[in-house]
Amino acid sequence: MARRITLKNLRLETLLYRERAVLSAVLVAGTFILLLARLYDLQIANHSHYQTLSDDNRVRVFPVVPTRGLILDRNGETLADNTPNYQLVITPSQVKDMSALIESLAGFIDIKEHELERFKKAVKRQQSFQQTSLKLNLSDEEVAQFAVKQHRYPGVGIAAHSTRHYPQKNSFAHVLGYVGRINEKELANLDKQNYQGTSYVGKLGIEKRYEKDLHGEVGYQHVEINAQGRPLLVVKTQPSKPGMDIQLSLITRLQEVAQEALGEENGAIVAIDPNNGDVLAFVSQPNYDPNLFVNGIGQKAYSELRDSKHRPLFNRALIGQYPPGSTIKPVVALAGLHYGVTWAEKTMYAGPYFQLSGKDRRYRDWKKGGHGVVNMNSAIAQSCDVYFYQLGDELGIDRMHEFLTQFSLGNLTNLDTVGEAKGLLPSPEWKRSARGQPWYPGETIITSIGQGYMLTTPLQLAVMTAYIANHGAMYQPRFVRATRPADEVKFKDEQPRPMPKVKVDDEGYWQVIEQAMVNVVHAPNGTARGIDSDATYKIAGKTGTAQVFGIAQDEEYDKETTPKHLQDHALFIAYAPVENPMIALAVVVENGGSGSGTAAPVARKVLDAYLLGENKLQGKQVVSR
Amino acid sequence: MLVAKASLYEHPLRVIYHFLKVDTALFMALVILCMSGLVVLYSASGGDIDAIQKQLARLAIGFAGLLLFAQIPADQLRSWSLWLYVIGVALLVLVLVSGESGKGAQRWLNLGFVRFQPSELMKIWLPMMMAWYYSERVLPPSLKDIFVGFVILLVPTALIIKQPDLGTSILVAGAGLFVIFLAGIRYRVIAVFVGLLLATAPVLWFYLRDYQRGRILTLLDPERAPLGAGYHIIQSKIAIGSGGVYGRGWLNGTQSQLDFIPERSTDFIFSVFSEEFGFIGTSLLTMVYLFIVVRGLVISARAQTCYARLLGGAISLSFFSYVFVNIGMVSGMLPVVGVPLPLISYGGTSMVTLLIMFGVLMSINSHRKLLGH
Repeated sequence: MARRITLKNLRLETLLYRERAVLSAVLVAGTFILLLARLYDLQIANHSHYQTLSDDNRVRVFPVVPTRGLILDRNGETLADNTPNYQLVITPSQVKDMSALIESLAGFIDIKEHELERFKKAVKRQQSFQQTSLKLNLSDEEVAQFAVKQHRYPGVGIAAHSTRHYPQKNSFAHVLGYVGRINEKELANLDKQNYQGTSYVGKLGIEKRYEKDLHGEVGYQHVEINAQGRPLLVVKTQPSKPGMDIQLSLITRLQEVAQEALGEENGAIVAIDPNNGDVLAFVSQPNYDPNLFVNGIGQKAYSELRDSKHRPLFNRALIGQYPPGSTIKPVVALAGLHYGVTWAEKTMYAGPYFQLSGKDRRYRDWKKGGHGVVNMNSAIAQSCDVYFYQLGDELGIDRMHEFLTQFSLGNLTNLDTVGEAKGLLPSPEWKRSARGQPWYPGETIITSIGQGYMLTTPLQLAVMTAYIANHGAMYQPRFVRATRPADEVKFKDEQPRPMPKVKVDDEGYWQVIEQAMVNVVHAPNGTARGIDSDATYKIAGKTGTAQVFGIAQDEEYDKETTPKHLQDHALFIAYAPVENPMIALAVVVENGGSGSGTAAPVARKVLDAYLLGENKLQGKQVVSR
Repeated sequence: MLVAKASLYEHPLRVIYHFLKVDTALFMALVILCMSGLVVLYSASGGDIDAIQKQLARLAIGFAGLLLFAQIPADQLRSWSLWLYVIGVALLVLVLVSGESGKGAQRWLNLGFVRFQPSELMKIWLPMMMAWYYSERVLPPSLKDIFVGFVILLVPTALIIKQPDLGTSILVAGAGLFVIFLAGIRYRVIAVFVGLLLATAPVLWFYLRDYQRGRILTLLDPERAPLGAGYHIIQSKIAIGSGGVYGRGWLNGTQSQLDFIPERSTDFIFSVFSEEFGFIGTSLLTMVYLFIVVRGLVISARAQTCYARLLGGAISLSFFSYVFVNIGMVSGMLPVVGVPLPLISYGGTSMVTLLIMFGVLMSINSHRKLLGH
């Protein structure tokens, strides 16, 4: 062929095309010969083999749905199990006139519009000889009624199925999540074979996260049929493999105590065992009954939950993002020690406000007259804002950000569930990319007392507290502490997984902030001294108050005149016993006012219940103070 | 000016065909195919007259479309190619954003008065676009033109994979590849591509969805999934094999009538046909398909413009690929990807688009100009 030319050479192109067309025709013919050879192979060479198979083809294969694994609490109490229920099932291929049949059935069985809708969709999706359920949860009366009339309805039957059931109702809604009917989107991502016959899939929480383990493996039933396709007898059964049972680290009783302690307030409590990351209590209030969702919640009930201004569906413990307020101070103090910006005994005079040099803006302390002379210990114990404004200014945002990141603030804690929120640990880089604005020095000042852009989840605060309790070490928080495969008797413990350590230059720094946190609770001027009375063990804690709305520079925040939904969130973090920490927790009471007044007493109740109460919750005697 | 071939001395039917601008042989073959399709469908649907009527209605629409497109000169189509492609891509994006689901995938678009799968339209709009692109270039295409061709091809393919609809995406991509092949891509470039494809196959595997992987594994070992795709293949092979030389007779296939064949009116209709009409039936059917493909290639080779040639060839080869993928699938040579048997399977959009494609082919045939070499 000639060298490349820029003009189209029509004649050459025609020839080129003809060459390709002829080649294509040859390839096509070759492929058809291949197909014919295949058909010859099947239809003539192996005809008798397939003829025999076809003649013997009187066996149909049906799926056997595996039993979903149980979910238990630490003491073996059931949190999720399966209860039998009766469903009305139809085999479409055996029904001549579907709409007449349904109309007739509706005479004595209450068939709702959405059930009919779902049935029609399912029929389209499945093979016509597969049973499809028209109505779930038949009443005893309906079962009896149908049993009498059954002979008039070929192709219709009653099948016993098991439905997921959550005996603890609301208490564990935000931990377990729930299962629900498989929708079209989920179907696309599921292993169709393993889910033949399965109607439910985990939608949220543990149920979703451990779907693979809980579901199990489908089994098969080979059923012989007659020439008209009616089932005669079961020839062979390959049993299904039930899902794994899962044991959570949570303690039902402690969960209840925590809920009761929170009372009618909206908020969250997360308690963790610092020795292994076990989540002991995980409360988000208000909550909902997950049983409602299993067989499809009605539109009305759902919109009630969704539209409630208290947002019961919102998992505050996991995705509620709150400014940490003063609970962040111990960690900021630790950063100050680590970077050598300050030292424990250094004193300063803390007046009523702080000013950046050369700026007018006053950063006020929560205490009107200021705290006077303070050092690190008393600044934490009394929650002195001015001390931390000063410290934050000296640290700078970059070092603060770098240090706080180690406590998994602004990052996922990787609790074994789904949808965890990251919170926000602000930095100049973040602000530039997210807001397109530069970082202002004043923002560093308020970050040091956990206000401004900073957001944390109650879960993150609990993890941070556990880090402090362990002096820099921590295990990944976890719900699941042990699993039991279907064919085994005993639960097998999961190994705790260490998280990256928090590094400080001198291990003694931990003692400094621990002592200060002990003083928060046990010193005469500690902000949480109210919960000190008759405690038989030593608590380290820190109060916090998160502003819901900004107050102008010279305005006063007045609890009496502020409407409830604009009142501050009350926060409290604590761990105990200090000598040998067994529990670390974070409490957030939405619009609760002050951390010391509202959140700290809640925390004390949970600590008591775990460390003293009944003494069965964790099985260890507590050293007294 | 048209080729003045018809004369008053010719058979009156030929005159009509000429007037309608259709190719007699091709048209007859299509009619035969569609008629046999109705016969099998009657059996496969269990004697469902309703289904037959619906299919007839689609055929009517399809043939109307065929005749309509046969009247539109290829030059006209050429000028629309770019815009149709752009609209097609926009529709595919729209499907992902607000499409309706069916069987776990989002493929349908509802325009209020009509509901259709934009991915089906792409089966013709993509080769039109690519034929237009290459007809503007010097052929054989340079590496740059091949690259651009691949971009044009991959955009809709990726959008269709996302729905997810692996079967259709393969066919759409195939249509584009055929244009590149017919445009004269050099053999050594093809060799390099095949080499690259083989090398990246493990990576592609990683991107397949679980059920798609399952289908490929099932092909290698059908027993691994006695209930899922493996069941389909096993039952389909039994149906085809038990048909023997003469078949079990119309309406007498036990595999078909007792519901052992899944999707027997749509994707697996060939199994029903094979069981009931035997090897004689299947070889005749295959011959009709082969004839249509070759006839299409001949028509394309006779066309005078580059655009018409490439488009005609791509249409013929696409049609071939549908047949091959479907028969290969039901006879257990290829994975189950959910592709209907062209002009026989029960179903709407694909039937209409296919007949429209043949309308385009007819137009290419009849709108040749008197132009000496």
